Amino acid sequence: MLSTLGGGGGKPAKPSFVSYVTPEEINQTEKECSRKEKHPDLLPGEVIFCSAGPVLKSIKDDLFQRVVYGTLLCTNFRVSFISDEAPSDEEAAQLFKNKLYGENDIPLTCVDHIYGGFDDKKKLIISGFVKNKYPSKIIVCCKDLRLFHFSLAYAKEEDAKKIFQGIVYHCLEPKSLKCVFAFSYGEKTLLNKENQTKPKTVMFDTSEDWAQEIKRTKGNCKLISNNADFSISAKLPQFFIVPTHVTQEDLTKFDGKGIPIWCWSHHSGCALFKTASLPLMQEDASSQLYKSYMEGMLNAVAQTHLYSVKTEELSDSLPTVQDIQQSYSKFKQFFLLDNTNDFWMTDVKWFSSLEGSCWLDIIRQCLAKAVEVVECLEKENTNVLIMEEEGSDLCCVISSLVQLMFDPYYRTLGGFQSLIQKEWVMGGHRFLDRCNHLHLKDKEQSQAPVFLLFLESVWQLQQQYPPAFQFSETYLTVLSDSIDVSVFSTFLFNSPHHMASIAKAMLEPGQRSPVNWPTVWDWSVQFDSRAQDFFINPLYMERSRQDKAPRKMPRPKHQRHQSLPSSAFKFSPSAKKGFLKDETDSLKKMLRVKRLSRWMNSPDSAQASTREFFVAWQRRPLDYHGLLLPCLEGPTLRLWSQRYLRWIPEAQIFGGGSITILKKLADLLAEVQDLRGNLDRQACRADFNHQGVVARAKSSIQLSSAFPFTMPRSRSFKPAIPIGPLHSLITDSLADQEDEENLGIV
Amino acid sequence: MASAPLPVYNSNSLDISSCKNVSRESLRMELLTDAPLLPGEERVIDKDIIYICPFSGAIKGRVLISNYRLFFRNVDADPAVTLEVPLGAISRVEKMGGASSRGENSYGLDITCKDMRNLRFALKQEGHSRRDIFDILFRYAFPLSHGLQLFAFLSQEKFPENGWNVYNPMQEFRRQGLPNDQWRVTFLNSTYELCDTYPSILVVPYTASDEDLRRVATFRSRSRISVLSWIHPENQAVITRCSQPLVGMGGKRNRDDERYLELIRATNRTTSKLTIFDARPNVNAVANKATGGGYEGEDAYQNAELVFLDIQNIHVMRESLKKLKDIVFPNVEESHWLSSLESTHWLEHIKLVLSGAIQVADRISSGSSVVVHCSDGWDRTAQLSSLAMLMLDGYYRTLRGFQVLLEKEWLSFGHKFASRIGHGDKNHADADRSPIFLQFVDCVWQMTKQFPTAFQFNEHFLVTLLDHLYSCRFGTFLFNCESMREASEVKKKTVSLWSFINSEPSSYSNPFFTVDLSHVLYPVASMRHLELWVSYYIRWNPRIRQQQSPMEQRYKELLALKEQYLKKLEELQLSDRAPQVFPRGPHLSNSASPSPSSPPPRVTRLQTPF
Repeated sequence: MLSTLGGGGGKPAKPSFVSYVTPEEINQTEKECSRKEKHPDLLPGEVIFCSAGPVLKSIKDDLFQRVVYGTLLCTNFRVSFISDEAPSDEEAAQLFKNKLYGENDIPLTCVDHIYGGFDDKKKLIISGFVKNKYPSKIIVCCKDLRLFHFSLAYAKEEDAKKIFQGIVYHCLEPKSLKCVFAFSYGEKTLLNKENQTKPKTVMFDTSEDWAQEIKRTKGNCKLISNNADFSISAKLPQFFIVPTHVTQEDLTKFDGKGIPIWCWSHHSGCALFKTASLPLMQEDASSQLYKSYMEGMLNAVAQTHLYSVKTEELSDSLPTVQDIQQSYSKFKQFFLLDNTNDFWMTDVKWFSSLEGSCWLDIIRQCLAKAVEVVECLEKENTNVLIMEEEGSDLCCVISSLVQLMFDPYYRTLGGFQSLIQKEWVMGGHRFLDRCNHLHLKDKEQSQAPVFLLFLESVWQLQQQYPPAFQFSETYLTVLSDSIDVSVFSTFLFNSPHHMASIAKAMLEPGQRSPVNWPTVWDWSVQFDSRAQDFFINPLYMERSRQDKAPRKMPRPKHQRHQSLPSSAFKFSPSAKKGFLKDETDSLKKMLRVKRLSRWMNSPDSAQASTREFFVAWQRRPLDYHGLLLPCLEGPTLRLWSQRYLRWIPEAQIFGGGSITILKKLADLLAEVQDLRGNLDRQACRADFNHQGVVARAKSSIQLSSAFPFTMPRSRSFKPAIPIGPLHSLITDSLADQEDEENLGIV
Repeated sequence: MASAPLPVYNSNSLDISSCKNVSRESLRMELLTDAPLLPGEERVIDKDIIYICPFSGAIKGRVLISNYRLFFRNVDADPAVTLEVPLGAISRVEKMGGASSRGENSYGLDITCKDMRNLRFALKQEGHSRRDIFDILFRYAFPLSHGLQLFAFLSQEKFPENGWNVYNPMQEFRRQGLPNDQWRVTFLNSTYELCDTYPSILVVPYTASDEDLRRVATFRSRSRISVLSWIHPENQAVITRCSQPLVGMGGKRNRDDERYLELIRATNRTTSKLTIFDARPNVNAVANKATGGGYEGEDAYQNAELVFLDIQNIHVMRESLKKLKDIVFPNVEESHWLSSLESTHWLEHIKLVLSGAIQVADRISSGSSVVVHCSDGWDRTAQLSSLAMLMLDGYYRTLRGFQVLLEKEWLSFGHKFASRIGHGDKNHADADRSPIFLQFVDCVWQMTKQFPTAFQFNEHFLVTLLDHLYSCRFGTFLFNCESMREASEVKKKTVSLWSFINSEPSSYSNPFFTVDLSHVLYPVASMRHLELWVSYYIRWNPRIRQQQSPMEQRYKELLALKEQYLKKLEELQLSDRAPQVFPRGPHLSNSASPSPSSPPPRVTRLQTPF
């Protein structure tokens, strides 16, 4: 829970340590505040920069366009529109309210693009300084795919100019990290000192967490804990795990590059590692050095289990971060639609547009790569080392997907959050650069939604095997939104070192404790506990205890038997299979000739082998608590419709959507749990009351497919009727053929 | 008999295998003696054969052909491969390869099915080994082309329920509140004199005399005059259906027809203009004038508004499905799945049909009456009226109600099932065949996807419906219209599909069904939500996992758990009663109340719809 230190919600505190704005602007702000009563409930540390009114916001309610008058503000956290209309206090609207920002608020870091409306022309705005005329309309496209239309035509020209400049300046211009709202917010809030997250999330910021993890997976690698001061490398986390045969000397050689970082151990004993690759292909003096170093590292990895190793250079077969960014930029445009006409016009070529963006294909490639790695670990019991230039983008995607497919623990809510901590936050994914929240021009090239790509892949898995995941689709959607809410430490830094150094620099003399940024996992910052119920997938079933006991015994035994060299490797001398000890020479040779990329096979045969692996797996009965493999055939990869269609009124199914089933399931589940509770209390003779069930039963609100993100406001449904020149697209000669029915007309 | 077709070693292998096969042969005979046979089903032939599975290659086994089905089982029981194809589902049987064909498994049979799959069987390339099986298959798959009877007339199946009682037109009209002061029931067509493809009982405006109806019939294609399909219980707006007017090149007018539509409009005070939905694209409607048809001209029908719905004809639909099959069978198109899917236009047609029905439903719920027609009013018209009724009336979304809807809008109004499906007929290329009903069921499936709690039946029901659309095991979908069915005594001589379904309704029921009768369901007819019905069109592909709905399973488990807890709670409270009667009492009734109210309503409603 958060508590406010300085001033109540109403009075904005003055910025203390950073100057966001010119003093002039601050004066302006104060004047505005005294004049106007209307302002949002400010968050701790939030300051209003400028405001203007009356501003018109156009909204599409159940397909009808209408406008609302109000005031537009810009604070150090958000752009906010305060409607003159009384806020809806419908139960439905309150049900899934975000405590940090409402439906009319746009966190500054959530702004994707701003367009200026000049009469009927729309222009992309890149700077607050406009030569001739200020636009009469501001159109804000958000990263969570909301779209806002504000008209400034009725505001005083001076105000309109100011708010336009303010919004553009604070949303688009480069800024320093310390201007990000998390810093003001963190200073003014106290974090709950107890365990902040419920369920328990392992943060992997202590050596105990790592030790526990390696114990849990029964891995046989060693924990390195002397990077606590980042003396080994600033690129590595304070604690990490490497193969036992990696020496202290090895660790310090190339600034963290080339060190196989342990990710996860398979029950057979083999393990998955990732690394930032060394530039082996370069032909210079150091390349020989790199090569022999890499050989040593591969040896160390191989010795983890049965002297086998496969390496995969991810950049050889997966799209680059630039490809990912480009594809997503194209893709998201399909969901930022100005009007109904656009919706139906783009509907005609919908499938080919989707395909044209390649976004689904990139997701497929990532899932397919993860299945390949799973195959090596599961079928061949080979150690796998995945690598890429920095070892913190696609390595994170693939390694987390592999672990999610294998390990049911990561499919629980707490486990999933721990996985993200382990692979992404501690794994040094450059969240700050990839999101480019600071709008730095030199970082534009590195902007890419890599983490979103991971969440998308998880969504695909989840919709194929819904009962296997404890968290819901809504949880994933909210998590994807949270990336762009600049309050959480989770997504604010480029690495653990980055975070530590910023925190250290901020330790002013006299300040007792370091700044506290909440992690995103403290969901109470954003949602009350009732709203957090939506994070739980009612289809998920924990493995019952009876289930657990008998399965545990025979399974590992069986697997280990399979992985004995005599049976597994005897008949497979090809390079595709693992290496036996006496093949060390050939391993070295291989390394010199070419990196061990791919499995020494043409991509086609790798694909065929993966398909075979999938089919063999599929023949076995499906165990939601066992290994899960995604089906990758075209029709099975789908659009994450909750995330992408939730704000588009034309695409909402009133009274429908899969949510209607999930809601029913959740209600029934709650009822069963209440009964269970009553039973328990009855058993111990305590008084019981039956309110729970009744209270839940009452909330039979009207649902739509976009629930819980948007609710139908009116109950007079008007159907969305497709428009457009549809018939002209079917250019089939048969269409002109005479109708069948008039063959026998008299 | 050797089962492995190895042409090179033919003479040798024959000897070896024949002596070896003595024991195996008897084993194999046994294999098929336990093949499931229906009462009235008779074995015709069984034979060793190789099934060329498109997914896992050649599989040796034995095939049994009866007068109802083709049944195959492999020799090696592990993994067991069985194939079951009702002969009715076969659209085409061809010989593949000749006596001199080279290559393994190149000589045999190629069977094209109506249910989105093809089957290939290979036989030994000697002694005309396939002649007998080909002839038998050809004869029994197409009985009507060979003077034989369809299996439905030979079946001896018995069911506890009698599905022929599901639909009683008078009862259904009474449910709708008909006849009333504006609409009357006429028996003018009781001997199918007025229109041979219409049902015997019709509902027409009260003010239209039988003589009027006769005169109007002369101006409508095949005498299919505008009659009532459905009336809105509150605003009294009606859906009426008919065929195109016989306007012709000369632009003929017919006062009786014009007056008749005016009478329909006038039955409802809120309808200032009658909306005529012509399902066809505008150009097709114009083109129809050349053959005597056409559409309602503006001058002639002044109080009417004509809207074209742009739905293509049966030929376009047939070709579209053919293209769809090409990209899903045997292998799913890989590299450009989405654009390939788009190029089949299948979902685009679905979108147009749904969007047409939405427009009909929208007019009705805003209180204005509509007329729906296409050319002859038995394909697109049936799709539109039945889908609109499904959106408007929750009764049709129940298991029974849906059967009534099909009996009424499709069967009694003469959708030409026999011609569109080609039951028992060998002319696979007949231009009259078209997947119109499949397209309708696909639209229904799209609706069930968008409203998963609004339908009492589940996906399994829809798939079963389509399987028996082709199977010819039941009399329901045989023949082109009611009069033909009556003439062939279908109700007497065959079993209804609904007997089969309603004898075991639980396996076709959607556990999530929630009764909500007030609410009109408007699906979103956008490509964003329409999806390919994978579990029907791609169901033969083993790589696409057929998950038995985890949601249904989980829900049923939870329901069971709830019952269990409630029972326990009750027991506990009962045992508590002795010492503490008063304080526990109210709680008992309170907690027990959800149990009878939640699951059972579904059951009661099933028995007594309305």
